[in-house]
Amino acid sequence: MTQRDRDTPLPVPTAESRPYWNGLRAHRLVLQRCAACKRPRHYPRPMCAACFSLDHEWFAASEQGLVHSWTVCHHAFHRGFRSETPYVLLTVDLTDGVRMVAPLVEADASRLSIGLPVVLDYQDVNEEITMPRFRIHERDE
Amino acid sequence: MNTLRDTAAVTGVGETRYTRGTEKSALRLTLEASLAAIRDAGLTPPDIDGIVAYASGAVVAEDLLTNFGCEDFRFSATTPMGGASAVAALQCASMAVSTGVATHVLIPLGRDGYSGARINRRVGQMRQFRVVSEFEAPVGANAPAQYYAPMARRHMELYGTTSEQFAEVALTMRRHAALNDNALMRTPITVADHHASRMIADPFRLLDCCLESDGGAAVVVSGAERATDMAQPPILLSGMGVGHPDSPSAITQRPDMTRLGLAKAAPRVFEMAGVTPDDIDVAEIYDCFTYTVICQLEDLGFCAKGEGGAFVEGGRIGLGGALPTNTHGGLLSQAHVAGLNHVVELVRQLRGETGARQVDGAEVGLVTGYGDLGDGSIAIMRRQ
Repeated sequence: MTQRDRDTPLPVPTAESRPYWNGLRAHRLVLQRCAACKRPRHYPRPMCAACFSLDHEWFAASEQGLVHSWTVCHHAFHRGFRSETPYVLLTVDLTDGVRMVAPLVEADASRLSIGLPVVLDYQDVNEEITMPRFRIHERDE
Repeated sequence: MNTLRDTAAVTGVGETRYTRGTEKSALRLTLEASLAAIRDAGLTPPDIDGIVAYASGAVVAEDLLTNFGCEDFRFSATTPMGGASAVAALQCASMAVSTGVATHVLIPLGRDGYSGARINRRVGQMRQFRVVSEFEAPVGANAPAQYYAPMARRHMELYGTTSEQFAEVALTMRRHAALNDNALMRTPITVADHHASRMIADPFRLLDCCLESDGGAAVVVSGAERATDMAQPPILLSGMGVGHPDSPSAITQRPDMTRLGLAKAAPRVFEMAGVTPDDIDVAEIYDCFTYTVICQLEDLGFCAKGEGGAFVEGGRIGLGGALPTNTHGGLLSQAHVAGLNHVVELVRQLRGETGARQVDGAEVGLVTGYGDLGDGSIAIMRRQ
């Protein structure tokens, strides 16, 4: 995917999610986990659904993952993505046990299958926002 | 034990003509459909003392009260579950009339989905989509087709479900719509037409996606005893329920994205109604996408998980098949009034007034709703 059209919707980080977005800005994957039982969670939220602790912490997560599912977007439902179709959106099982959805760098879905290894990549959109994306993890990497 | 079984009935139904293009407001469409339903029940507008308005729509109960001249209005609620709202509203209305809180509850739904705001703008305004708006809209997931496509793709990869099976659903809805003079899409389609329709969000082609349309539908719910003395044969609400999937705010984080909230509600509702899937004569299944019908048939227990694709083959869900489904043409070929048209159709089937598309001897039927990111609702009805 090339440099984004400025018309694409941008995230509005909240007090709850800002460390995640700040991590992407620094080209690091920073995820939330429960401070009491250490269970990772995504997307960021106030309470642990396993032990109900309201305390959380942030940790540097692995950028590796496996394809869980995908779609190839041929029709843009937002004008900002019209110049990008077709684009692939991956749902990825991250090594740390949560999932992320982000575009695949290449537009070709023919190599995709459940369990295919992918690795996180970063795309700077502007001075404040960096978006996640994935590329296929090649064997010789 | 849930005591709602057979305590309330649908006593009136109404619809506008469905169009693609209108000068009428959503409120005007809502009022037209409401008036038709109220008259069908043998009532006048001031008889309505409760309303379950559509939480995702432009019309609130006060808009209707102002036009109805209601003097002693007693019950107002919403059931904010997107496309599952209309069927969830049946449970809400039943609770109100069976407890005596209200006597006649109206469930109205009018929308200018073709002429007004389209789906991508509508979901952006719904609070249920707050999480995906922050994390998924910016990467390019901006509409239900794009949210749900990965569910369908995973189902295909895990279970071998095919685009031919999706086409079977689309073709069946179209054949049913051809028998309904208030359906928008009545020209027959073939599997080749389905496969040639443009790709929207793989694996969804255009003919896997529901319509955007303008129009309104409404139903009246009254207490079962009162219903025996009204204008129409009462259609009893025998079982009702709602279910939310795991991780209801984001499909992405769901442990099993092929299992919907409906899977949790269905066993409860069959038990409440005292029937099994084998007893269902006709089904109206929320069909925002072809795949969604296949997945719900599994979650309802008509077949095992993964077998929904094979289940829809061979005419099983068509008129004359074992489970005639979406006899009006559904959201795919009749119109999109967020599934309240499915409720209207089930009532008419159980009354036996649907003419060329009537399921012979239909006595027990089922209707579902599907909304937001996998919320489900279900009602089982029977002719008294």
